[in-house]
Amino acid sequence: MNRTAITEFLAQNELLLRAVGAIAIMSVVLGMANLCVWLERKVSAWIQGRVGPNRTNTPLIAWIPVVGPLLGKLGLVQAAADGGKLLFKEDPVPGHVNKPYYYLAPVCALAPALVVLVMLPFGMLPGGTPLTLCHVDTGFLFMFAVSSLGVYGITLAGWAANSKYPFLGAVRGAAQLISYELALGLSIIPVVLATAAPGVESPLNLTAIVLNQSEVASGMVPAMWHIISHPLSALIFLVAIFAETNRHPFDMPESETDLVGGFHTEYGSFKFGLFFVAEYGHMVIGSALFTLFFLGGWSLSPVADAKLMELLSLNTLFGGYALTVLGLGVFLAKLASLIFFFMWVRWTLPRFRYDQVMDIGWRKLLPLAIANLIFYVVFYGVKAGH
Amino acid sequence: MAVKVIEQKPLTILERTYLPQIVGGLKITARNMLKPSVTLQYPDERPVIPAGYRGVPVLVKDPHGREKCVSCQLCEFVCPPKAIRITPGEIAADSPNAHVEKAPKEFEINMLRCIYCGLCQEVCPEEAIWLQNNYSLAGFSREQLVHNKARLYELGGTLPDSHYKWDKKKADAEAAEHEGHH
Ligand code: SF4
Ligand code: SF4
Repeated sequence: MNRTAITEFLAQNELLLRAVGAIAIMSVVLGMANLCVWLERKVSAWIQGRVGPNRTNTPLIAWIPVVGPLLGKLGLVQAAADGGKLLFKEDPVPGHVNKPYYYLAPVCALAPALVVLVMLPFGMLPGGTPLTLCHVDTGFLFMFAVSSLGVYGITLAGWAANSKYPFLGAVRGAAQLISYELALGLSIIPVVLATAAPGVESPLNLTAIVLNQSEVASGMVPAMWHIISHPLSALIFLVAIFAETNRHPFDMPESETDLVGGFHTEYGSFKFGLFFVAEYGHMVIGSALFTLFFLGGWSLSPVADAKLMELLSLNTLFGGYALTVLGLGVFLAKLASLIFFFMWVRWTLPRFRYDQVMDIGWRKLLPLAIANLIFYVVFYGVKAGH
Repeated sequence: MAVKVIEQKPLTILERTYLPQIVGGLKITARNMLKPSVTLQYPDERPVIPAGYRGVPVLVKDPHGREKCVSCQLCEFVCPPKAIRITPGEIAADSPNAHVEKAPKEFEINMLRCIYCGLCQEVCPEEAIWLQNNYSLAGFSREQLVHNKARLYELGGTLPDSHYKWDKKKADAEAAEHEGHH
């Protein structure tokens, strides 16, 4: 097949292409969730002066010369072993649970996380087409809406379990989500305001927000990452993301010291695994959103991008693609560092008390977010007036 | 005891944001991450056993290969959980050790009962029972963990002896008899 034939084939089978893309993205993110488990184990070990998993291996992998034993030494096979263990465990359904909801809950927890993925832009093709499965103009509004549906999984699980600890966990989860969603949404609006400029199609679109942080694309001088131009927004967003993903120090729905296992107390085996993956999935998405909103997404740095583009544009065909691949790498690197940060925080801080969580959410974060919003509204208003 | 009341200062605004404390904590854990781990890779690396460690109690022989235990049964009496069971026996008259008169016919230590208190070692007049360095003990059945005499000697081996008490006794007795002839 020559080039045109391939192009034609792709044009005719767009649906197929999207399905392949969706599966690819899903496997990458689920793979990342699995790697997160590994990283979590390793980071906790490093912080506590241990070595972490370094012995798990299976015959087939161990037989690969050099690479096999190395994988075992690094503990990477442990991630697979963790998944396999959950898969092969007995799956008891307690007699007192509300069966339909009990079965529905893990799916409800994971599905939103996967749906959000299709809208996540993670790079840019040479022509300026964003690398995403589904380009939506309402962008992150839709993402927030869907990803917060994840709490239904938690609530359903707590409700279906028909016992008090999971129920308490579920109630806490729901309350926490509502409290922090407000601050989360409000903290983003200044960034949207910064993006909204004449000529920008939709400032709600994540791609537009990313492009606003790069000089070449926005044509704005000086362009900078939003974390520098909107530090308070970034801080509020980060805290809220921690709360939204139920990560330490905000893991209210789980708080295993006072609620046994929280909402998933009655779950075992693979159903528990789904909750587990969902948590890491949400974490990956949260980190991705933070990267896109505040860390410039796939751009290396506001200034370096232009230089790179000049350098690479010497080779017209591959230069553009090289930039795409580089951008993808940059995006993943930022994502990975954020995920690392999530874990670093988890193994550093103790859990907040429930009343503290509510206090921070309503009495600190929300007013702060509103003040921040007002400040930027006035700022941009004055700027536009000039 | 005098009680010293420490006045709690109100938190400053910065402290109330939690942020400085969080950054401080993150710094500590970051430093910890860079430190080498303190893990002992157990089956590959073994811990150093300090002197006087109380491991599995075992029986020992002297350098001549004589079993030191004379089945006086003191250890059996002293053992708090009654882990030791001794069946005393005679030593055959034609044995080179006939002068010791007694030795255990059977000697059992039930390791499922032993509490590693070391009283048996302390009470033994013959320095025959020792709590040595062995700290890891496992078996597939209860029977396997009841050490019989053969197993106890196998685990115990030989320890140096500075007295040779019985040989001295024998020599003294012979000398006395010799003198008596004169
Ligand atoms: S160590 Fe203590 S418990 Fe164990 S056999 Fe000796 S006296 Fe008995
Ligand atoms: S081990 Fe020592 S105390 Fe126990 S019976 Fe033998 S000689 Fe006596």
